Amino acid sequence: MSQMVLLAGVSADPAQQVVAIDRYEAIGGYEALRHAMAHSTPDDIIQSVKESGLRGRGGAGFPTGTKWGFLDRRPDTPRYLVCNADESEPGTFKDRYLMEKVPHRLLEGIILASYALGVHTAFIYIRGELMWLKRQLEVAIAEATQAGYLGDRILGSDYSLRVVVHPGGGAYICGEESALLESLEGKRGNPRQKPPFPAVSGLYGCPTVINNVESLASVPWIVLHGGAAYRQMGIGNSTGTKLISASGHINRPGVYEVVMGLSVEEFIESDAYCGGIRKGHTLKAVVPGGSSVPVLPAHLALRTAAGEPRLLTYESLAEGGFVSGSMLGSGGFIVMDETTCMVRNTWQFARFYHHESCGQCSPCREGTGWLERVLHRLEHGHGSPEDIDLLVDITKKIEGNTICTFGDAASWPVASAVRHFRGEFEYHAHHPDQVTSRHHPIVTDRIVA
Amino acid sequence: MPEFSVAQLESVQELLNQYPAGRQKSAILPLLHMAQHAFGGYLSVDTMNYVATLLGMQPVEVYEVATFYTMFHLTPVGTYVLEVCRTGPCALAGAEDTLERIEAVLGIKEGETTPDGMFTLKTVECLASCGTAPVIQVGERYIEQVTPDRVPDLIHQLREGVRP
Repeated sequence: MSQMVLLAGVSADPAQQVVAIDRYEAIGGYEALRHAMAHSTPDDIIQSVKESGLRGRGGAGFPTGTKWGFLDRRPDTPRYLVCNADESEPGTFKDRYLMEKVPHRLLEGIILASYALGVHTAFIYIRGELMWLKRQLEVAIAEATQAGYLGDRILGSDYSLRVVVHPGGGAYICGEESALLESLEGKRGNPRQKPPFPAVSGLYGCPTVINNVESLASVPWIVLHGGAAYRQMGIGNSTGTKLISASGHINRPGVYEVVMGLSVEEFIESDAYCGGIRKGHTLKAVVPGGSSVPVLPAHLALRTAAGEPRLLTYESLAEGGFVSGSMLGSGGFIVMDETTCMVRNTWQFARFYHHESCGQCSPCREGTGWLERVLHRLEHGHGSPEDIDLLVDITKKIEGNTICTFGDAASWPVASAVRHFRGEFEYHAHHPDQVTSRHHPIVTDRIVA
Repeated sequence: MPEFSVAQLESVQELLNQYPAGRQKSAILPLLHMAQHAFGGYLSVDTMNYVATLLGMQPVEVYEVATFYTMFHLTPVGTYVLEVCRTGPCALAGAEDTLERIEAVLGIKEGETTPDGMFTLKTVECLASCGTAPVIQVGERYIEQVTPDRVPDLIHQLREGVRP
């Protein structure tokens, strides 16, 4: 089953779109808000979200209700809600899909969250490239205001809210919440030292909650059906549904809503999801949660090292730690078949991180450049066997030594690729004359000295 | 010195009003987008200085921001800027072949502009379109699933003034 919470009512048929407010209302849209304004206190909503077990869908997986509970409620200071719609993690395009297909669901979630948190101005920070979605959201805001769901005295209550859509300028780092706040304040997107945390000192120094698009869009369902009902879906501490954006060498790339706990194997093979590896090819590797999480070779993507089926949950994907596991992350699910050169693929990701490093911390600013250059020379036939351990050494010097987690995110793809595909790196290092073209042979055997 | 029209200045005022009192500096990114669009598709020093006066900021503060964000072009560009995504998922879908084909059709390399001033070719990192890779951004539009065989027609259409 799919399309239960986030994509409910979304149809592939262009004639059945639910973008306009009347179409969204026709599938039950804004019922949660009407219900809440008539029957719920702000604390009731926070309690429901806590009960639901909803965890941040941007990648970190921190419990949303707990995050809301941290918000400083000091008097005479405005509080802000910021929706992080700066989706830029390679492999991730689920927030874009959600905003494209059902923008009012996000808006309804923002209104409910703002009401719960006592916020009167909320921002949607959307990546600047998605200018048509910014306009679509602004139309949705105008429609919702017209209908009395937004603006002054929402649905006749004494609660008022304004929502502003703010475009970014093309910087991956602004998806990091404190960099996003800097950017929203009109500055370069350099992450802040924490503490203080945004819940105490966020936007303009005021208490601020920052939530991902998908997290906020889950709230209307939770408010309407209750946290306990949400919790019924999923396994353990991975409750509810998750959007997985699937790309790479599969038959059906796209965005799918899955109940947490679906097996990776079914997700890849079923025609309801990825539809299998493209014709005639075999699975080689999976990056299950956006480019920042460790890559898994086929056998560890499908089963844990202990032989258990790998599931789409926070816990199952992390099983085995970084030795044999990975992370659910953002749900950016990148599939690679046997034609993929892992050295080239890793170099391309390293180039991304070098390009996107904000430059504030030297281990990351310099280290990401080193990673890109060493991987470039290995892939282009100028490498040496020492380069492989050098790569691992560089990742260890970046990881944990920077203000934000970008440094870790830049290190993990490289460290995991070397860990699981060392034979390919050795082939490149020992046979530089064989890898000068990008159409070079893929040889995966370990070279035993 | 570039200057917005009266109607554009009204939009600027609306934009500034979106932010809390005294926080108008927040408007810098949307304002830079507006200015880039209005003044030749790139941000000249004059344009950035003008934005600084609109926001009551020092010019250097505007340069600092404009140089950080990759959507802002700091040198003149062609009528169409083709921004080809080259990150992992697009590369898996053949973005390198697409880029090579564009270079061949236009006769320029990444980072260059055609002599007639029609096309600038750039590479960019992930555009959040991995499920419909390879993707190219042209202005405010995404063109998705751009396989190499689609490139000649696409370029031809743009030359004819058919916006994608």
